[in-house]
Amino acid sequence: MIEIKDLHKSYKMGSNSLHVLKGINFSVKEGELVAIMGSSGSGKSTLLNILGMLDELDEGSYTLDGVPIKNLNETKAAQYRNKFLGFVFQSFNLINYKSAMENVALPLYYQKVGRKERQEKALKYLEQVGLKEWATHLPNELSGGQKQRVAIARAMAAEPKVLLADEPTGALDSKTSYEVMDLIQKINDQGNTILLVTHEPDIADMCKRIVHLKDGVIIEDKKVEQVRASQYV
Amino acid sequence: MKFLFDSNTWQEIFGSISKNKTRTIITVIGVLWGIFIYVALSGAAKGLDNGFDKAFKTVAMNSMFVWAQNTSMPYDGFKTGRPMQLKLGDVETLENRIPEIQFIAPRITQGGFGSEPVYTVRGQKSGSYTLNGDYPIYTKISTKKIFDGGRFINQEDMDQARKVIVIGERVQQELFKKEEDPVGAYIRVGNVYFQVIGVHKLAQGVSFDSDSAMFIPFSTYRKLYNSGDNVGYLCIAAYDDADVVQVEKDIKAILKSTHRVNPKDERAFGSFNLGERFGEIMGFADGLTFMSLVVGIATILAGVIGIGNILLISVKERTKELGVRRALGATPSEVRNQIILESVFLTLIAGVVGIILGAGLLSGLNAFTKDADFPYANPTVPIPYVLGALAIMVILGTLIGLIPAQRAVSIKPIDALREE
Repeated sequence: MIEIKDLHKSYKMGSNSLHVLKGINFSVKEGELVAIMGSSGSGKSTLLNILGMLDELDEGSYTLDGVPIKNLNETKAAQYRNKFLGFVFQSFNLINYKSAMENVALPLYYQKVGRKERQEKALKYLEQVGLKEWATHLPNELSGGQKQRVAIARAMAAEPKVLLADEPTGALDSKTSYEVMDLIQKINDQGNTILLVTHEPDIADMCKRIVHLKDGVIIEDKKVEQVRASQYV
Repeated sequence: MKFLFDSNTWQEIFGSISKNKTRTIITVIGVLWGIFIYVALSGAAKGLDNGFDKAFKTVAMNSMFVWAQNTSMPYDGFKTGRPMQLKLGDVETLENRIPEIQFIAPRITQGGFGSEPVYTVRGQKSGSYTLNGDYPIYTKISTKKIFDGGRFINQEDMDQARKVIVIGERVQQELFKKEEDPVGAYIRVGNVYFQVIGVHKLAQGVSFDSDSAMFIPFSTYRKLYNSGDNVGYLCIAAYDDADVVQVEKDIKAILKSTHRVNPKDERAFGSFNLGERFGEIMGFADGLTFMSLVVGIATILAGVIGIGNILLISVKERTKELGVRRALGATPSEVRNQIILESVFLTLIAGVVGIILGAGLLSGLNAFTKDADFPYANPTVPIPYVLGALAIMVILGTLIGLIPAQRAVSIKPIDALREE
């Protein structure tokens, strides 16, 4: 599903440049649940941003579902993001003046799906994350865990190839973190490919594979025995 | 351009606008106020314009009066201070020699300009009024509204020198009882009985004659007072496109030459040029209209800039929202279009509401000044002006929307999302 070869990325900070990713080789197959771990500054978010086409790579190659991702203009990148990727952010990033349902329906709007169908699909995904009865509520009427579940529903609504989650539990307490992880595991069980960035070992243990990043290189890439989050819920 | 006609686009924009009410209202107020001022000002200016028009409706705009005075210069063997007298022959001369003259009505008057008014009697009632000897054509210069059942002097009255008279509203009130029909009745003017053929109504606004004036055929007057070819003064109307000042000069020059007066003598003939005065008043009204246009457009401009300003600020505030939208697959052009359309939509709403409020104010003003003695009537703004203002607003709204839209697009989604 994802093929990354010899990926380099550096940021210019004034006169000196900061080499963040120093040759990453990495591939993800369909249906995997991968945790990218590392301390802050290890380059894990940069890697995720490049995977999410929110940032461009300097060197190397990136292939997503057989499509080479290179030199995309903003329009093309937006279309690919819409078609291939779903995002879940640490700070939820829901649009605060839109109801839960409208938030979930938003990626479908950019897929040019009609209004009726958008609403039906949005409701379906809200039901999947257990928030159907909250459909008309605004984000500020929801708890953190609920917001993140709405965000996950939104990411899933576009039926992406890969779900990218940037510290999805970073702003949540452990109980709600486990609820969210339970949801992510269930989505993964349905065969969806998920990459998530985290620095919490217990969250990483709930994935099927852990990639350890340090100073811009992968120092460890191992398959793990998945801990089911449902036992903590 | 397809997105313009997609209901989904508009739903999205409507959602964004309607759910950010405070922002929307603040944004809208600037343009709303602008178009409101524009409509109110130009409507008021038009009302004043109409008011003047109405006040001058009953008289020919390009009209003037010419009368004879005394010479102030010796000329051609005549000494100074010679009294002048206009004659019927002058009428013909002027008509023949000045093509700009549309109508010319000679008139002779008893009771105006310091002379003794005419003692008029009917039964036990009597009064003293101004008596005019007139040509039928006089009504072309100063419209006379005659009450039902009556008429003004006509050519047959002239030809036969009939003893018929048109009386004023006040004359009727003073000589007749309320329920009496004056038409057909006889009144004594001086020593001669006249049959009343009509009662003229006092015109609102500008009028040459008071409501106590009486009119008889010029030919009758001539016989009655034995005035021969003498004419009291000339009422002259020039064609609408004629230069009234020049016509006035020409008339005086011809009169001077036929009456053998020094061409430089400014005293021999007096005149009052209504057209010139009228032109000044209309110029004032035009100036007002122009000023209201300028002020209105400037206010609209300020309002539109205000919209752009607030949208620019709101883009900053919405950086994250726009970043999320782009992460979810909004292309830069979709984001840009959304901001521009929001701008245009807000401008349009503001414009329409402003126009409605402005029109409301104008109709209120109209009702308020309806019966007031003030030259103000039917304040309207021509539809093309309104549509023009709307078009200007939409164009400006689009242009001004480009600035925040470009800004929104220039922020990378990653930077937008990173802002924590």
